[in-house]
Amino acid sequence: MAKTVRETIKDITKHHLLEKKSMCFGQCLTAVGWVGGTLPELYEEDGMVEVTTADVANGGFVVGAALKGIRPIYVVRYQGFQWYNAPIIINYACKSKEIWGIPCPIFVRSIAMEGAIGPVAGSSHHSLFQRMPGSKIISPMTPDEFDFAYKEFMKDDDVYYVSEHRRSYDNSEELKNVIQQDADFTLFPISITRFDAEKARLILKEQGYKINIIHQLWIKPFLFKKEWREALNSSKHGGMVLDDDYEEGAASSIAHSMMIDSEKKVYTFGLEHRTAGFHPDVDNLPPSPESIAERVKSIINK
Amino acid sequence: MKDFRLEVFKKASLCRNFENILYEKVQEKLIKFPVYLSAGQEFIASTIAEKISELKISPDIFIQHRGHSTYLAFGGSIDQLIDEMLGRKTGCALGMGGSASIQCKEKNIFGHDGLMGNQVPIGVGACFASKCPTIVFVGDSAAEEDYCLSAIGWASTKKLPILFVVEDNNLSILTEKKVRRNWEMHDVAQGMHVKSFNISDDPLEINEHLQNVFDYPILLNINTVRKYWHAGAGTDGDNFDRYEKELSYFGDAGIEIDKFNKNLVLEAWQRQLEKQ
Repeated sequence: MAKTVRETIKDITKHHLLEKKSMCFGQCLTAVGWVGGTLPELYEEDGMVEVTTADVANGGFVVGAALKGIRPIYVVRYQGFQWYNAPIIINYACKSKEIWGIPCPIFVRSIAMEGAIGPVAGSSHHSLFQRMPGSKIISPMTPDEFDFAYKEFMKDDDVYYVSEHRRSYDNSEELKNVIQQDADFTLFPISITRFDAEKARLILKEQGYKINIIHQLWIKPFLFKKEWREALNSSKHGGMVLDDDYEEGAASSIAHSMMIDSEKKVYTFGLEHRTAGFHPDVDNLPPSPESIAERVKSIINK
Repeated sequence: MKDFRLEVFKKASLCRNFENILYEKVQEKLIKFPVYLSAGQEFIASTIAEKISELKISPDIFIQHRGHSTYLAFGGSIDQLIDEMLGRKTGCALGMGGSASIQCKEKNIFGHDGLMGNQVPIGVGACFASKCPTIVFVGDSAAEEDYCLSAIGWASTKKLPILFVVEDNNLSILTEKKVRRNWEMHDVAQGMHVKSFNISDDPLEINEHLQNVFDYPILLNINTVRKYWHAGAGTDGDNFDRYEKELSYFGDAGIEIDKFNKNLVLEAWQRQLEKQ
């Protein structure tokens, strides 16, 4: 049976602590559940370090550990908590190489979830890191992608913001691009929207629409590959970047880069620009397959 | 055997002369960014540096702005510090750090990015990872940052070999401590089970409180008097000056040391300016 994302993260963490002799920091790591089953059952003597509830200081502890060359993993269980955890990572670790010539690599595992979790903890917040120099942002949703993210980090000396999503943890399948001649439209989904983009594609296929899907693993740096540009240019009605962060962040930035470098319009579809409540009636969720399909049709039939 | 107080004075004299001459350069507008002078506070770093030298260890050192004296007292290159003031790539922070974000790799002095007080959690994290002696310098104002307080608490929980040095000049720019808070750092740290002391910047008093340094977390709240403004070229007035007191104590020997260091700094400036 193929390995899931959950098992992949767990194995990588175990390897990082026991083989690489590094450390993994975070709050409530050893609590029931071991962060969605993504952590091996190890303790402080093995490098699994429970930190305080003081998020801002915790970010600083990890930066200090990184300065000592241990390449720590830092687990932030809800991406919204980055508003407290990010300041010292963004302002020190991400700038250290440029100001002082001292790299400060950290593997920041930032975990999104959705539904009934309220205005702070819901969905992704990778745009928070995007606007500052010195970080790389990657959003792996498959076992191979997570393995790739870790290996890239280990040969690099930058801060890696790894935008995870709990809904991907059971996934054991790789996600493939779908690029067709003379497509009607191209979707560029990020994070958890990648799964629903595929469902939306099938809905639209049944209705006679030909839709490309080009999965976005890297959020920053964004590299617009030649085959992606060609697929977009040959799409009759342009494309759309899907995200589970607010549209005004990474999605808009990537769409802008695509439009500058292509002949087509690129739209965005992410969280609505409003606060999420807890009840389903007032939640603010990533685009569903049905809503993606409707949005695509409204653009095509404009 | 070396005279501890005299050795401290030699270090402090270098720091004071560097800052006095830098003050002139700022007045002459040779330097075009905010400069945070540490004159008046130099006996803190000088005393601790001398103690560290006696112990023959090389701790990691985390500093903030107003850190020129720490840099020099612990042996940072004066030429590289001057180059940094001149924005050169040969500066101690590659010309990027200005006055506030200096570093010295050779002496394990880590630079600061400008978020007040974040060197406290960073220093604690480094100490946790290395378990090696670590010193964190912080001003009485930056120490109020919430993440400083929680970091001191975690260092206590983990029983780290760390020394927190609060350089307490009573001022946040010009706002006095009594306006900002009704508590003291040493009381708070004591509450977190960190051995804490509220002392003056008298070298002998500081040294007395360094006897068990790095055996467990220690916090020294050291009362001191800033000579120059928060930033730029101005003086805070005719306040108590530890340097004058020590200079007077050492008499002619002190004057000779002062002259020697003044010339050393002037020559260094001349040498570096001629490089242009």
